Amino acid sequence: MKTGTAKRCAFAAAGAPAKVWQLRLYVAGQTPKSLTAFSNLKQICENHLAGRYRIEVIDLLEKPGLSKGDQILAIPTLVRKLPQPVRKIIGDLSNTERVLVGLDLRDAG
Amino acid sequence: MKNNGHQSTSPTVCLPKCPTGIQGLDEITGGGLPRGRTTLVCGGAGCGKTLFAAEFLVRGAAQFGEPGVFMSFEETDAELKSNVASLGFDLAGLVRRKKIVLEHVYIERSEIQETGEYDLEGLFVRLNHAIDSIGAKRVVLDTLEALFAGLPNEAIVRAELRRLFRWLKDKGVTAIITAERGREQMTRHGLEEYVSDCVILLDHRVHDQIATRHLRVVKYRGALHGTNEFPFLIGDEGLSVLPITSLGLTHKVSSKRISTGIPRLDAMLGGRGFFRGSSILLTGTPGTGKTIVSACFAQAAARRGERVLFFSFEESPDQIIRNTRSIELRLEPLVKRGLLRFHSARPTLYGLEMHLATMFKEIAAFQPHVVIVDPITSLMVAGTDFETKGMVTRLIDYLKGGQVTSLFTSLTHGGHALQQSEIAMSSLMDSWLLLQDFEGNGERNRLLYVIKARGMAHSNQVREFLISNRGIDLVDAYIGPSGVLTGASRVAQAAREKAEALASQQEAARRKRELVRKRATLERQIAGLRSEYETEEVELRRMDEQVGTRTRVLTAERTELARLRQADDIGVAARVPGKPKPMNGK
Repeated sequence: MKTGTAKRCAFAAAGAPAKVWQLRLYVAGQTPKSLTAFSNLKQICENHLAGRYRIEVIDLLEKPGLSKGDQILAIPTLVRKLPQPVRKIIGDLSNTERVLVGLDLRDAG
Repeated sequence: MKNNGHQSTSPTVCLPKCPTGIQGLDEITGGGLPRGRTTLVCGGAGCGKTLFAAEFLVRGAAQFGEPGVFMSFEETDAELKSNVASLGFDLAGLVRRKKIVLEHVYIERSEIQETGEYDLEGLFVRLNHAIDSIGAKRVVLDTLEALFAGLPNEAIVRAELRRLFRWLKDKGVTAIITAERGREQMTRHGLEEYVSDCVILLDHRVHDQIATRHLRVVKYRGALHGTNEFPFLIGDEGLSVLPITSLGLTHKVSSKRISTGIPRLDAMLGGRGFFRGSSILLTGTPGTGKTIVSACFAQAAARRGERVLFFSFEESPDQIIRNTRSIELRLEPLVKRGLLRFHSARPTLYGLEMHLATMFKEIAAFQPHVVIVDPITSLMVAGTDFETKGMVTRLIDYLKGGQVTSLFTSLTHGGHALQQSEIAMSSLMDSWLLLQDFEGNGERNRLLYVIKARGMAHSNQVREFLISNRGIDLVDAYIGPSGVLTGASRVAQAAREKAEALASQQEAARRKRELVRKRATLERQIAGLRSEYETEEVELRRMDEQVGTRTRVLTAERTELARLRQADDIGVAARVPGKPKPMNGK
């Protein structure tokens, strides 16, 4: 089941990316780094995934229990939940090139 | 705040300590790790860092009522649970009862893309959440170095680690950080520079193909601590550090005595044998009968109804039973009655630490009155001299603490020279018996000396030690002009002395007879003289009588004559009776 989904998504990413991208941004409070990361992410998504993405911001100071699930150490961390496989990008996302590589959008775009 | 009794410093400067519960470690550190601070435990692969940390947490939660968080960067929760379960720790149960939280932090570098600035607040949040969820007092981070491998930016990791240690201190938890040992530094990534309070180094060294673990407290700010390397072992019940130098000599002593099983040996030891609870060393060259003396002692103790534990590192139990049967020792029924238990193992089977752990376990399980280790020198192949001494010290202390009498045999190699190691070991012993081969006149004989016996009058004499099919006997050895006489020479000497004794007896009898004869001669002579004297006396008396008769006759004749002559009657009659008077007087 899981592998099936992964295969389909990989296929979608390579061919026609029709699926909705689920992105999760982990922050800890409204720190400058977190705010920078969020605005950078928003911009990249608008440029490359317009209308096909959903960003979920999780503040670990409010929900500390959630850090375990995605094995979050660094803040901020961006997790690509879908399409699979899960990918993690840490930092304030200021280097757009590397974010695109990290999200596998380089090939698609 | 508990268990601060060890400290001798005044309360104003004393550092609160956090007992680890690890056997021996709290003795070395004077009460445990610094409370509310971070301790670095470093060492190479497989030296027991994770177990050390896990035991600290488990004992904290189970014995000291301090919940803990185990944050593992390497092993998963399930792996960790099964690993420490092998040490008898019920980690899973403690997790269920919310005494311990396991946090597995998974970092895979290939899954992480780094763009721009970040910090490790996520780790802090996670740790904080775990600590607060159970009110943890203890924290283990095993091992933080995974961060260096998992995160590309070392500068950030370092900065964050510094912040983490500060944070842990502020949080007031007692923490253990484990780290791999580095080539030149103590840790591969120089973690020691962040930890300033306590550093413990673990080491797993192979010496002569046998591995021994060591522990050293490198640094302990603000407290006295043992700085030596201490061997430690990982047994069924966790870690156990052997703090040789910090052993206390405070055990109670008994003045009761117990028999050695050999009456003459008892006699040599002030007539009543060894002190109960004392330690006895029996050294000897090969084939001098060490095991037999041990077996005698064991039999005597078991027949008194005491429990005897016999550690044999050379012979199997059956072999000992069979061999001692040949000298009229019956050990088998004692084994069946549960009074005598054998524990045989090859010394090379495992390292010294493991031997010691096994022995402790056996002793704790059987609760013996007498423990025999035959021979202790076999264990020297399992460790260095120093380690063996440490082990023996530890063992003796343990046994003395429980008033258990211990007999150690020790094999000397060749000649009369006592090995250095034995001399070192003998200082630990209360009594020391030496069995020796004595070669002469084409035969070998056994001699026994009591070299020392603390606290009792003991014989300084050498005894010949005989093993026959009736058992053991000690006999006086003869001291001849050419040295000690044993065996056949002793028998020959005895025969010679017997012959001499006989000869002098016969001489005495002869002289006695002579005397009797002389006396008889003398008496005969005396009788002869007496009879001669009596003859003369008789003669003399007869002569006297003759003289008297003649005088009377003469007087009568003279009177008759005078009457015939009719002389002056009166005048003559008056003069005549006066005449014989001088004759009577003669």
